[in-house]
Amino acid sequence: MEWEAVIGLEIHAQLATKSKIFSGASTAFGAEPNTQACAVDLALPGTLPVFNAEALRMAVMFGVAIDAEIGHISVFDRKNYFYPDLPKGYQTSQLFHPIVGIGHIDIELEDGTTKRIGVTRAHLEEDAGKSLHEEFPSMTGIDLNRAGTPLLEIVSEPDMRSAEEAVAYVKKIHAIVTNLGICDGNMAEGSFRCDCNVSVRPKGEEKLGNRTESKNINSFRFIEKAIKGEIVRQIDLIEDGHTITQETRLYDANKDETRSMRSKEEANDYRYFPCPDLLPIVIDDEYVEQIRSCLPELPDARKARFLEQFKLSDYDAMVLSAYRELGGYFETVANTAGDAKLAANWVMGELSKHLNQNDTDITVSPVTAEMLGGLLLRIKDNTITGKIAKQVFEAMWAGDGNADEVIEAKGLKQVTDTGAIESLVDDVIAANQTQVDQYVNAEPEKRGKMIGFFMGKVMQASQGKANPGQVQGLLKQKLDALAN
Amino acid sequence: MSLDRTDVEKIAHLARLDIAEQDIQEYAENLTDILDLVDQMQAVDTTDIKPMAHPMDAIQRLRIDEVTEGNQRDQLQTVAPAVEAGLFQVPKVIE
Repeated sequence: MEWEAVIGLEIHAQLATKSKIFSGASTAFGAEPNTQACAVDLALPGTLPVFNAEALRMAVMFGVAIDAEIGHISVFDRKNYFYPDLPKGYQTSQLFHPIVGIGHIDIELEDGTTKRIGVTRAHLEEDAGKSLHEEFPSMTGIDLNRAGTPLLEIVSEPDMRSAEEAVAYVKKIHAIVTNLGICDGNMAEGSFRCDCNVSVRPKGEEKLGNRTESKNINSFRFIEKAIKGEIVRQIDLIEDGHTITQETRLYDANKDETRSMRSKEEANDYRYFPCPDLLPIVIDDEYVEQIRSCLPELPDARKARFLEQFKLSDYDAMVLSAYRELGGYFETVANTAGDAKLAANWVMGELSKHLNQNDTDITVSPVTAEMLGGLLLRIKDNTITGKIAKQVFEAMWAGDGNADEVIEAKGLKQVTDTGAIESLVDDVIAANQTQVDQYVNAEPEKRGKMIGFFMGKVMQASQGKANPGQVQGLLKQKLDALAN
Repeated sequence: MSLDRTDVEKIAHLARLDIAEQDIQEYAENLTDILDLVDQMQAVDTTDIKPMAHPMDAIQRLRIDEVTEGNQRDQLQTVAPAVEAGLFQVPKVIE
């Protein structure tokens, strides 16, 4: 039987506010345990939450960016459950009147088509603290620094049909929230995590199968692997005559499989009700329009502009438009060098390679966009060869100055003096008689390829500094003269 | 609507309340009385009245996004029954 997967995602994006959603404690990552948890976060008696204006602004920005309805009245509800890292005994969340209503985004599929994915809602809530089970033999340690950190939970419609579509959706949401500057998108630190709801049904069937939810997956690759594995697991079970239990599962990246965490039936009774400590939030049109009018350029719009303005390939435009910082960097390089294609190749090639290898963020790259643009200018005006340019890049990365300084200091200027190149060419021809004989005796149409050997030798002899065009011209001229 | 023993036991479990066996019947009656009152209120015609999330006719004040609370760990942990390495200690929680 042919099966179809149905996937819906819940994404938790940590909002990039300085302070918590309901208190003035810091949200900075990595502090000593409990040094950023105040009386409100600890739910001490007599404290009251006060809502953070910036969290509201960021949530509305997201809503406007995905073309969603913004609720005029938004209400916080209490989601009741007991766990030691939730000191209040409830999570302040939104069930009935979320800030952001129905919206949508478009994802690009591998075959080049786009698909619209519905966003059911996005609501504000607070994060819980952290439980540390391993540190102590008989006790659990609780760190409440994260308690009260603002989260935007973005809930999709069950519109995705494959792991690839799900990843494309998550990447698009990731690109939107990071471009808006409302989330740092750091998945390793848990600022952006994803719950995957997966079910399968026979293709053509309307009715949805029982679904499972795999929680807190924190990398694009793991999302893809977890969903793929879960689809296979469910199909195998059904084909063996079993049924799927609706349950929460945990993805174990080490074993690359999901395992059962808890069954939802009993745990699901959260007894939501409006939070009496918080008054309704009223959002007027003027506020929303004001945010709409200052919305930064979003990935889709930037991609369209890159295609139009820089004539990039679809793939290059997509990669370079996904992140605001990367897009800005590329534009500066392209404008400085006056060559968008060359700029795209270097930003996506040499620069990205170095950033990844050194785990460096583009905003603190030792090679700035201006420096890279300056380097490309020197390729364009034939001061250096592309090969030497990589050496210059290494030196710039190591802090040896800008391109011109490095070229000057290391004497890397390209040799364009015909006399000097000619003597190198003559030396190479004289020293490689065997290859010259082969060339001379080869069919004329095969000689083009054979020139590569001599090219390599000459470039090596010049330490990469000879102008490759000139070398090739001279080699061809001289070798062909020998052949005829 | 009336509540029986099982309902009371379930509610007590969800709220982590330890209630005495002999009190369950009384709780069931009390809670049923409250629900009867709700039933009475349900009978009122509220067709043109908007539901309220809060009895006060006011809107939420917003706080400027500033860090105003510094590290108060030592002070706040004086009331905790057990603390180690800056962490609050609770009986082992096993998932």
